Amino acid sequence: MITEKTITDFIYREADLLDTMQWQAWLDLFHPEGRYWMPLEWQQQDPVLQPSLMYEDLLLMKVRIERLAGERTFSQKPKSRCHHLLQAPQILACDPAAGIFRAKTSYIYTETRGDALERFSGWASHDLVRVGDDLKIRLKRIDLVNFDAPFGNIQLFM
Amino acid sequence: MARYGKDARAIGGLVRDAEVHRDVYVDPEIFELEMEHLFPNSWIYVGHASQLLKPGDFITATVGRQPVVASRHTDGSIHLFYNRCPHKGVKIASEPCGNTGKFFRCPYHAWSFKTDGSLLAIPLKKGYEGTGFTDTQANDGLSRIRNVVVYRDFIFARLSENGIGFEDYFGESLSTIDNMVDRSPEGKLAVMAAPIRYMHTCNWKMLVENQTDTCHPMVAHESSAGTAIKVWQREQGDSKETPMAVQLYGPFMSPYEFYEQSGIRIWPNGHGHTGVANSIHSNYSDVEGYLDQMIATYGEKRAHEILGEVRHNTVYFPNIMVKGAVQILRNFIPIAVDRTLVESWVYRLVGAPDKLYERALMYNRFINAPTSIVGHDDLEMYERAQEGLKTNGNQWVNLRRLYESDEEPDVTAVINGTSERQMRNQFHAWAKFMTMDMDQPGEAAE
Ligand code: FES
Ligand SMILES: [Fe+2]
Repeated sequence: MITEKTITDFIYREADLLDTMQWQAWLDLFHPEGRYWMPLEWQQQDPVLQPSLMYEDLLLMKVRIERLAGERTFSQKPKSRCHHLLQAPQILACDPAAGIFRAKTSYIYTETRGDALERFSGWASHDLVRVGDDLKIRLKRIDLVNFDAPFGNIQLFM
Repeated sequence: MARYGKDARAIGGLVRDAEVHRDVYVDPEIFELEMEHLFPNSWIYVGHASQLLKPGDFITATVGRQPVVASRHTDGSIHLFYNRCPHKGVKIASEPCGNTGKFFRCPYHAWSFKTDGSLLAIPLKKGYEGTGFTDTQANDGLSRIRNVVVYRDFIFARLSENGIGFEDYFGESLSTIDNMVDRSPEGKLAVMAAPIRYMHTCNWKMLVENQTDTCHPMVAHESSAGTAIKVWQREQGDSKETPMAVQLYGPFMSPYEFYEQSGIRIWPNGHGHTGVANSIHSNYSDVEGYLDQMIATYGEKRAHEILGEVRHNTVYFPNIMVKGAVQILRNFIPIAVDRTLVESWVYRLVGAPDKLYERALMYNRFINAPTSIVGHDDLEMYERAQEGLKTNGNQWVNLRRLYESDEEPDVTAVINGTSERQMRNQFHAWAKFMTMDMDQPGEAAE
């Protein structure tokens, strides 16, 4: 039985997998049709015909993750690390009968590499679906509070 | 410590025939001189007329480091002014774009200006009577930039009152903009959204040079494009069609021979482009219905001519790059000697299928975003160069690839696509536009 706590635990675990750089285990949380989306507009509706920072399917996320470990990935020498500080997720939908599970989580994200450290704030929205006994990510949407500002490199996942 | 001042010879001496001194990238004084001389003497991209559709529409931009406002006047003309109130200097417009109505009104003391910049009204105007106000520059309203040319909706400006004319400056290089606009079945482009913005901790010229650096993709982008190809080959299973994403990443891994034969064309005044015979953009899948639209507008022959011209990167000296085939313009905005803001715009081909806009947006976020793995590869190189150039062992950057001792400056030529000649071309123009308004006209040192 999927409860609100199942969703919350899922979101905490997801962030922990990113912080501990267990990339493959993180990727396994996605549904085969899952997407990772970082919009570039306030309350953006369309990921395809409006510009986004990222709108990636599993293939593209696999490329990113393999790249992070690549022998000739010079922007990862030294490697980046990240830290997620999450507020308690706000459950927007938890309807096992309809198969709808949605949550929104306020976060502060830190990405660091060498001596540099960058901090970002925003909201992560999860659209989850049940596959067997597990939840899988159908869509993870990252809305930065300052999506319109110019950033330096963001190499990991928020 | 001022070492270069207004000394045209010292500045010219930084550019040898096939080497440049590292100070052009790392010396803050050179950067200040670029802002004072190079940018005002050159024609700089401001924005696109589709951002100024209605009277009262305005955009803000920077030309070099100068904040400016472009506005659409009631009579339909486009005007450009410095973004400061003639009273006490307050910026007149504070947003990237908007509509100001019939006039600009300064938020500090409510001086107002027509959308052509002229002074409209001042509260308590009689307080200025007999004060000599009419003899001051403030009486003319917002300080105007008079040298503005709108070429096929692309707005360019030259800040210097006197200097080279627009047509002479760009010459045949405008053919890339022509091709990009012609790719719309209605002969029109439109800006639909804000650009992707990406802060770079390096000198602006490193970005410009990289646009025609064809010997780096297969090396620096092996990590991104190479991995994309590898993952796709492993995961593709039975799928016949290469996804758009892989079509966009894949060609970055093209071998040296590909770039060698595809060629580079150089033009006078530092402009030039890669991808003469063909380019990394040549083999994208056709988009259904598009060719028919193009033929309906232009006829069979002309439509094929337009679509057969698939240039790679066109550098418009000093600081923009245009990709006609994917409708992208990158603006390399200098902030400081080691800081550059890159704004990458996508234009929609008016009347063309959505799929083309989708592809252009995808390309832009794959290559030009702070979240782009190709961008990460490139920025890493620029940052390392910005650091490395501070070392004193060798003070020169080597641009000698395929150098020939009889190279003429300011010519049009098509050359081997792995040549560094376009970089030499840019630095010749750099020395010219840096020093043209100094006492001794500078020539690149022999
Ligand atoms: S500063 Fe603009 S009205 Fe005074
Ligand atoms: Fe590159």
